[in-house]
Amino acid sequence: MTESSVVTKKRPSIRIRVEPRLQEPPAWYPAVVSLGAIIVALILGGVLISFAGGDPIKSYQHIAKASFGDIGVISDTIVKATPIILAALACSVAFRMKLWNIGAEGQFIMGAFGASAIVLAPVLPAETSRWIFIPVMMVAGMASGALWGFIPGYLKAKFNVNEIISTLMLNYVAVAWVNFWIFGVWTEGGFQMSPKFPANANLPRLLEYAKTYPAFRGLTTHLGLLIGIVAAVILWFIIFRSRWGYEIRLIGDNPHAAKYAGINITKNIIWVMMLSGALAGLGGMSEVTGVVHRLQTAPIAAGYGFTGIIVAWLAKLNPLVIIVASILFGALILAGREIQPSGVPKMIQGIILVCLIASDFLLRYRIVVERGEE
Amino acid sequence: MDFTIILQAGIASGTVLLFATIGELFSERAGVLNLGVEGMMLIGAMSAFSTTIATGNPWLGVLVAMLFAGIISQIHAFIVITLQADQVVSGLSLTFLGAGISLVLGEGLSKAGTVSLLPNFSIPLLSLIPFIGKIFFTDQSILVYIGYLLVPLAWYYINRTRPGLHLRAVGEYPSAADALGISVFRLRYLYVFVGGMLAGLAGATISLAVSPGWFSELTTGGQGWIAIGLVIFAQWDPIRAAVGSYAFGALRRLILDIQGPIVLFGFNNPFYYNPYLGFFLQMLPYLFTVAVLVIGSREAMRKRIGAPAALGNPYIRGERGK
Repeated sequence: MTESSVVTKKRPSIRIRVEPRLQEPPAWYPAVVSLGAIIVALILGGVLISFAGGDPIKSYQHIAKASFGDIGVISDTIVKATPIILAALACSVAFRMKLWNIGAEGQFIMGAFGASAIVLAPVLPAETSRWIFIPVMMVAGMASGALWGFIPGYLKAKFNVNEIISTLMLNYVAVAWVNFWIFGVWTEGGFQMSPKFPANANLPRLLEYAKTYPAFRGLTTHLGLLIGIVAAVILWFIIFRSRWGYEIRLIGDNPHAAKYAGINITKNIIWVMMLSGALAGLGGMSEVTGVVHRLQTAPIAAGYGFTGIIVAWLAKLNPLVIIVASILFGALILAGREIQPSGVPKMIQGIILVCLIASDFLLRYRIVVERGEE
Repeated sequence: MDFTIILQAGIASGTVLLFATIGELFSERAGVLNLGVEGMMLIGAMSAFSTTIATGNPWLGVLVAMLFAGIISQIHAFIVITLQADQVVSGLSLTFLGAGISLVLGEGLSKAGTVSLLPNFSIPLLSLIPFIGKIFFTDQSILVYIGYLLVPLAWYYINRTRPGLHLRAVGEYPSAADALGISVFRLRYLYVFVGGMLAGLAGATISLAVSPGWFSELTTGGQGWIAIGLVIFAQWDPIRAAVGSYAFGALRRLILDIQGPIVLFGFNNPFYYNPYLGFFLQMLPYLFTVAVLVIGSREAMRKRIGAPAALGNPYIRGERGK
């Protein structure tokens, strides 16, 4: 024992120390850390895929090819990213205030329901002009989503009910609610779906303009993308350039300071939950009128609301970064449909979120490597 | 429709919630909120079923389920205790991760056939008590009886023993506990592990006893989240947790059974003639959870009982306060 310790004494040793960061890290640093976390997550995911009997390299190659291989699939990727953009925006505004709205999924579904009701009830006749249909459906979708966000917001503000559980429970209620309508009232021949919407009620897609611009042939990208981008820009201005956004950020960072500054927290909880619900509802409207073209549970309740949570976190709650992050996850979901075993995309999403959260440590602490004689 | 049979089955399905709720209660009492219950339950259900199919031994299935879910819970423990990250987001990520892993490893299990289940039996003498004996002590799974034992044990452990005192101290006032030489970090890791094992046991209870099989995410159907709601309703007390769990179990059974008979209380059963009305019944457990949360939160506000004081906060040695 003593001999070996004598030997180590002469060797230069490396000590790793962790200390809190006193200064803000440079602007590029969080992006690099997030990217690193994703790479680590993909490696870990690969290990698990091979453990489950799959070939990780093939799986990843497949994902890359099936989502960015040519202009057609890139368009499909964007179509998948569209609902994620709006769901992630919904999560980001609530998370900004440390309101854990896990109910974007339910608000998304209710948004799809509200928009569909315009066609199916019917509120507007089938031959209504597209330019009346679309705004009315947008408003209906946002109102339904906002209502679904209002309930947990009100319960939180009034009775201090934990919003994580209440929003989550309302997701299940929303699914059952839509199921009731498509089974019992609007069913098409006993199937679990409503009849197809009239063409006027669908969001325009690029392929409709293929006659004028041949390059658009077969491209399914629809107006929802534009709605999502506009919503992101507006939300960016609200959060970073408006008084309300300042209040939201202050409550999130320091609720006590906000209270002493005279900000009405109760009112903000309800309004922010409604804004969050409206954004998710708009996502549901965009999906049902841009892609599914009928009310049907399975393709609407496909987990976009949950993916939105991860994307919002990946984008550090920044509305503009959310657009980019959503495209990455759209690719993962699009290509993941054909990968076996079928749970892989979900698992990779989970691993990415775990790694992202773990990597936040590197933003708050620095790891110092010291060399020296022991 | 025989109510004793519904209640008897309700106790069995409430046992699932009971294990998950008590597990989360231990974790939260130590100051760690773990929203990953649903994911850990899925891991437990999948690994219990898969192990039992492979080995034919359901006890081995239970053991593997508890260990696997316990190990998964340590990811959350590491992220929130050592890396001091936000407990809400980390717990959510654990739910995603648990669901994803169990879907990947459980691929094909839903068609794998039936397994030998854990034994059911009646307790002599106790099962002879009229009504109560039939509901609680007749032809129940052994896990149900383990549940009965767990409740008083958990209550006694938390409220009347020295390690239980340490557990509460770590959740209420970690810096004082630390000053007394109690290892805050070690105990928090430990109770998150206990919570994970019990969530795994809850999952195993589904797939090996209550509704045998593996039906991907539908296996748990949000029961992990209901359990987290029940902890709040229970005000972090095992006895109230048991009452809530069994009541919810009975409600779940009632919803299944009410749709069967043609005549209900002398009337034509509306749920039999209009099956799609069943979707409103399906909403009930979730709406009840919200209602129960409102009741629990109001009561907590009135009586000024709250969550463990340090719940949700990382413990950082040398930092002022908490």
